[in-house]
Amino acid sequence: MTKPIITFENVTKRFGKLAAVDDVSLTVNEGEFFALLGPSGCGKTTLLRMLAGFETPTEGRILIDGQDISNVPPNKRPVNMVFQSYAVFPHMNVADNVAYGLVVDKVGKAERDRRVEEALELVQLGGYGGRKPDQLSGGQRQRVALARALVKRPRVLLLDEPLSALDAKLREQMRTELCTLQEKVGITFIMVTHDQDEALALATRCAVMNKGVLRQVASPNDLYEFPNSRFVADFIGQVNLFEGVLAVDEPSHAVIRSPDLPVDIFLDHGVTGARGGAVWAAIRPEKIELHKIEGEAAPNLGDAPTGTNAIQGVIKHEAYLGGSSTYEVEVLTPNGGGRRIKVQRSNLTRWDQEDFKLGETVWLCWHACSPAVLLS
Amino acid sequence: MAKKSPPGPLEYLRRWPMRAWLAAVFVFLYAPLIALMAFSFNDSRRNIVWKGFTLKYYDKLFHDSALLEAFANSLTIAAVSTVISLALGAMAALALWRFRFVGKTALDGAMALPIVVPEICMGVAMLVFFARVMPWPQGLPWPLDLGAIIIAHVSFSFPFVAVVVRARMASFNREMEEAARDLGAGEFRTIRDVILPHMAPSLVAGALLAFTLSLDDFVITFFTAGPDTVTFPVKVYSMVRFSVTPEVNAASTVLIVLTVLLTAAALKLQGNAAATAGHGGDGK
Repeated sequence: MTKPIITFENVTKRFGKLAAVDDVSLTVNEGEFFALLGPSGCGKTTLLRMLAGFETPTEGRILIDGQDISNVPPNKRPVNMVFQSYAVFPHMNVADNVAYGLVVDKVGKAERDRRVEEALELVQLGGYGGRKPDQLSGGQRQRVALARALVKRPRVLLLDEPLSALDAKLREQMRTELCTLQEKVGITFIMVTHDQDEALALATRCAVMNKGVLRQVASPNDLYEFPNSRFVADFIGQVNLFEGVLAVDEPSHAVIRSPDLPVDIFLDHGVTGARGGAVWAAIRPEKIELHKIEGEAAPNLGDAPTGTNAIQGVIKHEAYLGGSSTYEVEVLTPNGGGRRIKVQRSNLTRWDQEDFKLGETVWLCWHACSPAVLLS
Repeated sequence: MAKKSPPGPLEYLRRWPMRAWLAAVFVFLYAPLIALMAFSFNDSRRNIVWKGFTLKYYDKLFHDSALLEAFANSLTIAAVSTVISLALGAMAALALWRFRFVGKTALDGAMALPIVVPEICMGVAMLVFFARVMPWPQGLPWPLDLGAIIIAHVSFSFPFVAVVVRARMASFNREMEEAARDLGAGEFRTIRDVILPHMAPSLVAGALLAFTLSLDDFVITFFTAGPDTVTFPVKVYSMVRFSVTPEVNAASTVLIVLTVLLTAAALKLQGNAAATAGHGGDGK
């Protein structure tokens, strides 16, 4: 399963002076569902278009199955693409759309018809062959685009923002279907998206890009729990970032002292690679617990010394989201300012969100293993 | 609708002053044409009072060999100049739509020139051009003797084709072209399978426009035509110079009906084109 199928070797693409893709080296393995994730204008689409052959790299090489394809025109590459607008041909019916790639390849009529039928079945559009694209919904047109690309049995299927034009409910459904489809056909999928939820839900591995540079390549789980930089931590999901210095750094534990917090952040592991400069502790909102004030003592989760990982604050903002609620809690910093911390809490019963109201003073605390330490 | 509601703020046409104005406009525009057509059926040489219905002037018309020759000339010129205008106009539109190149703005402007330059200027320019710069050989057999007129007609009608085609291409989704390439089609195949079908309605509309423009052009033709070549509008003009006879009415009616039909077809096709435009472009 770890046979590389696509390799980017130091690929740079410049438009004028601007480097849309800046020295990217990346390997995608056979059978992966790979997501290219980043804010708009980060170069992810350019990377995909270079793979499809619509742009040529300014520097570097792109290999498919070990073959340099930098100079191969798009119609000769073993990849197919599902476009953001789907680009279904409006003057052809569904079957003709799907058959187009096979007609161009001069596949015989009998085999062509069989494969078109198969592909339409695969995307659950069996019997829709005679319809014209303007008689289809957005989701159905996307399925046509999928079938049209898959029928050619490409080595790699490229998807450009595949779900961005669908409404929320349909998007959810297509996510599941894309996953099932990929498992069924076993083709490597590479998807471009700016939607982190989409990338986390679908991909087996994600690459996060920013300003043309590859920031981190990891599984969705690692990307979320072990980001390698503030950019990645902030881009994927919500995060509270605390800048500070390492006050203690032992193999078994470490302490980060931040001017933003009245208490130290205790970690149950040592920090590797720190060189005495600034470090950042990144704590996700759902990993901070809210507790009502009962007595004098701070709540202790049992894995951090008293006086660390727990602070009092005042709820300044709350948003009830149904399944969970998010809060912004203001804590006093050592220099007398206020710092808002985002907290997310599951609503475990039908009443318990009523315990935490605007203006109330509460305890915040977190486990010693929850903060991620970032060095950049 | 049992009871009529008062006109809404934007329903101008339900207020009587607006209706009266509209009626006046239509009368002003169309009364002369309708009078002309009606009197082509009038059984009187004088053409002043109605004497009864007749088709004899049409009969005369279709047996007038000079007029028929002029009509054949006109149709030939229109057909040939339409084909050439179509090819040139479509190619110009494609180049302007697809490529960025030095002098694109200048070319764009220069191409619109024949649309805005007064016809009389074009006519004189053509006259001078064919008299001094590139004289068209005299005494060629038909239809080669129409060459000068055809060139002149192409020069004023291909920009119209280009404008129509370019407007249509503005609604083309570039991902469509990329999709065809991605699915294995080469450059030419992509043009044939994806770009041309999108362009088709504008090609038909542009062709009809070019045909109509050529068919009823008088000014430029008048200046370009040699002494022996006569087109339909020029022939009608020469008939009018003696007196406005019912034959002239009948000839004009034929020309009007032809022009109106072709224009209506062109408009209809452009309307349909607008309806199918932008397909798949909704994602961007």
